[in-house]
Amino acid sequence: MHFPFELLANAAVSGLLLGGFYAAVTVGVAISFGMLDIVNIAHPAFIILGSYITYIVNSTLGVDPLVASVIMAPAFFLLGAAIYQVYYLAFEKRGQESLRGLAFFFGLLFITEVALILVFGVDYRYVTAPYAGPSLHLGFLILPLRMLVPCAVSLVLLLGLQLFLARSFAGRAILAVSQDPVALRLMGVSPSRIKRFAFGLSLATAGVAGTLLIIIQPVEPSVGRDYIGRVFAICVLGGMGSLPGALVAAMLLGLVESVTSTFYGPSWSPAIAFGVLLVTLAVRPAGLMGR
Amino acid sequence: MSAPTLLAVEDLSKRFGGFVALEAVNFSVAEGERVGLIGPNGSGKSTLVNCLCGTLQNETGTVRFAGQAIDGLPAHRRVRLGIARSFQLPRPFATLSVGDNLRIPLLYAVDARTGVRHSKAEIDARCGELLSLMGLADKATRPPLELSQVEMRKLELARAIAAEPKLLIADEAMAGLSPSEVDDILALLVRLNERGITIILIEHIMRAVMSFSERVLVLVAGRKIADARPEDVVRDPEVTRAYLGE
Amino acid sequence: MGNGTFVLAAAVAGAAVFGLSLLIHNEYFFFAGYVVLQYIVLATAWNILGGYTGYVNFGTAAFFAMGAYSSVVLYKLVSLPLPVLMVVGGAISGIVGFGTGYLTLRLRGVYFAIATLALAVVVQTLIVNWDFVGGARGAYIMRPAQVPLFGNYIQYLFLVMLVLAVVALVTARTIERSRLGYGFSAIRDDELAAEAFGVPTLRLKLLATTLSGALMGMAGAPLPYYVTYLDPASGFNLAYAVNSIAMPLIGGTTTWVGPLIGAVLLGTIQQVATVTISSAANLLIVGLLLVGFVIVAPNGIVGLFEQHWRARRA
Repeated sequence: MHFPFELLANAAVSGLLLGGFYAAVTVGVAISFGMLDIVNIAHPAFIILGSYITYIVNSTLGVDPLVASVIMAPAFFLLGAAIYQVYYLAFEKRGQESLRGLAFFFGLLFITEVALILVFGVDYRYVTAPYAGPSLHLGFLILPLRMLVPCAVSLVLLLGLQLFLARSFAGRAILAVSQDPVALRLMGVSPSRIKRFAFGLSLATAGVAGTLLIIIQPVEPSVGRDYIGRVFAICVLGGMGSLPGALVAAMLLGLVESVTSTFYGPSWSPAIAFGVLLVTLAVRPAGLMGR
Repeated sequence: MSAPTLLAVEDLSKRFGGFVALEAVNFSVAEGERVGLIGPNGSGKSTLVNCLCGTLQNETGTVRFAGQAIDGLPAHRRVRLGIARSFQLPRPFATLSVGDNLRIPLLYAVDARTGVRHSKAEIDARCGELLSLMGLADKATRPPLELSQVEMRKLELARAIAAEPKLLIADEAMAGLSPSEVDDILALLVRLNERGITIILIEHIMRAVMSFSERVLVLVAGRKIADARPEDVVRDPEVTRAYLGE
Repeated sequence: MGNGTFVLAAAVAGAAVFGLSLLIHNEYFFFAGYVVLQYIVLATAWNILGGYTGYVNFGTAAFFAMGAYSSVVLYKLVSLPLPVLMVVGGAISGIVGFGTGYLTLRLRGVYFAIATLALAVVVQTLIVNWDFVGGARGAYIMRPAQVPLFGNYIQYLFLVMLVLAVVALVTARTIERSRLGYGFSAIRDDELAAEAFGVPTLRLKLLATTLSGALMGMAGAPLPYYVTYLDPASGFNLAYAVNSIAMPLIGGTTTWVGPLIGAVLLGTIQQVATVTISSAANLLIVGLLLVGFVIVAPNGIVGLFEQHWRARRA
């Protein structure tokens, strides 16, 4: 019996490419949940929002998706800062983030998805770009550019963020606020200002991830829901605020999903991420590289 | 002839990642004793309390209460065995009234321990008693957020007393009180002790600790550096150097 | 009023509602009323774990659907009366609730919430891939020809759900005023302190999770007979998740009255909106109301009333 080696290899490769993209999707939550302790379960909805904005700009103005994302990122940053301000005043200050903060983000998730359905309907939307079609062929390996390019962009994004967090003052302030907000205050830095900045950053990555998503696959409003599980599974498995951990976990998940989907069919995909999450929470909640 | 040992702490250690909060702490407390625990901020006093009460679990060493090893027992079981503590930073139940805050230990520590289910009237009465003891009777139906800092500390102590412990650990219960209020609390603690309750008093107010305690433990950087009568501790050069100042 | 009196009053009120409804010869009323009653149960069940104990459950749809699908399974195997189906549905959902809790309640509340989200998707995927209950194609259920008691089958379903709603409300109120209720409140307000003063927090949280899940499962058990065609899309409808959270938060989470008000208000609005506007728009309204209330009126409608009375007395 001919073992489907080529099939497996290609499934693995596309899994890794997908995983690279998943890292871009998750990095925003690694910041908001892993470092700021804000459970923004609406993150995937903002990603889809980014996808749709990319679609509009691409289909009406013919702008290349990646160029669009560069313009979108600052807008999403401001949106994130605004949302954090509301969250802070309404919940964090009053100490009610656990129940009501969660409900707030759940509401945002819901509103965003339903609003998109009302405006765009449930048809799939896609973008046209020079790299959306062709593939690289390396021997028997097929590397679709529509997956290679987002994966590459994602890795650049992650590297950039990791350097920013480790080297710049603002970045280190973000790391500090997650560990010791009191010390930060003593240094004259307002924790809520740093958090606002970080949350804006988190949402900016969501915008970019949205662009990458619609390059990889056609998008419709409920696609976001599949990503809730993936995002939190990767975040927890990777060890909460750890960016390298998120990358490793993302690639792992991408690999498992791709191989399972190729050999057992795609209808099990949504459950894999959540299954991984449940198992991780039960067995090793600190994740692979957790602190 | 000395009283039997109520609490025995053997070789207790606790670390948080790389940081060693407590190292090889050894001491014992006899039944009915009044023990003071002092040390600079960050020396591990609250961590020690948390380990004794089960809020945190110690990594090594053993804690014995009334002869029984209690390592690994969750906090609610230790309260039922008879250890109660007040929190250094008050943690009232915000949506319950001041009176109902006392109801929790009455229902879940006392009733659970004795197996007796007191009626609502009996528990209300007991809440009232405790509140009067602390001078909070007029605030019984108010939410805890309306209390002043000082009143909240008193509520915190009242909650611990409500659990009817054999061992009461008062963690900086007197911070911010006026001298006469400090005396009131001290008198209250002495009365409780006369009724047989063993007390560990953690404080920065030296005159309170020294006048109240039969024995004083000194904790510095996670290690016990002294364990003697108050007058001896005050004269201990190592203690003076580390804590009391030259 | 004492508990016994309340049970009696609730039973009388329930009987009155049913009695009056028999005078209405509009079958649509029973269809719509069933949905509102169902939401009273779901909102009350959610609130026992969410409002009383402080642990958010995003997976209402999973517990609800497990009740519904257990009825489908039993329907294909053996013919059982509806009350028995409800007990089975409740038991299964209760056990799953216990299991989820056991795995995750030792962690922070946030992880429990995320785990419930995960549960909803996992259960839905399992059902979609399970051919015995029809998988993605769905299952057809025939209502029994013989209607127990009297009236037509829809009226019977209405009555059954009415009884369940009364049971749920009585349960919530009983808990609220009992020592269990104080324990839940302590956990919600400060779990660490609750544990430090004798509350067996893990045990109580497991109890809340199990009870909440069981009630949701019981609410789901009659669903196949109500819709006669059950498929995963309708059984796991996102509307259940958002409504079971929005109704208690909008009505008020600290008392049994809140979910009741929220369910009746929102449920009725939605029944009207679905017919007049569209079902997507009606969900948008719910989402907006949820976010609005959570920011502006965190204690819900009940809280607004209490503020108003306190201001008048002052």
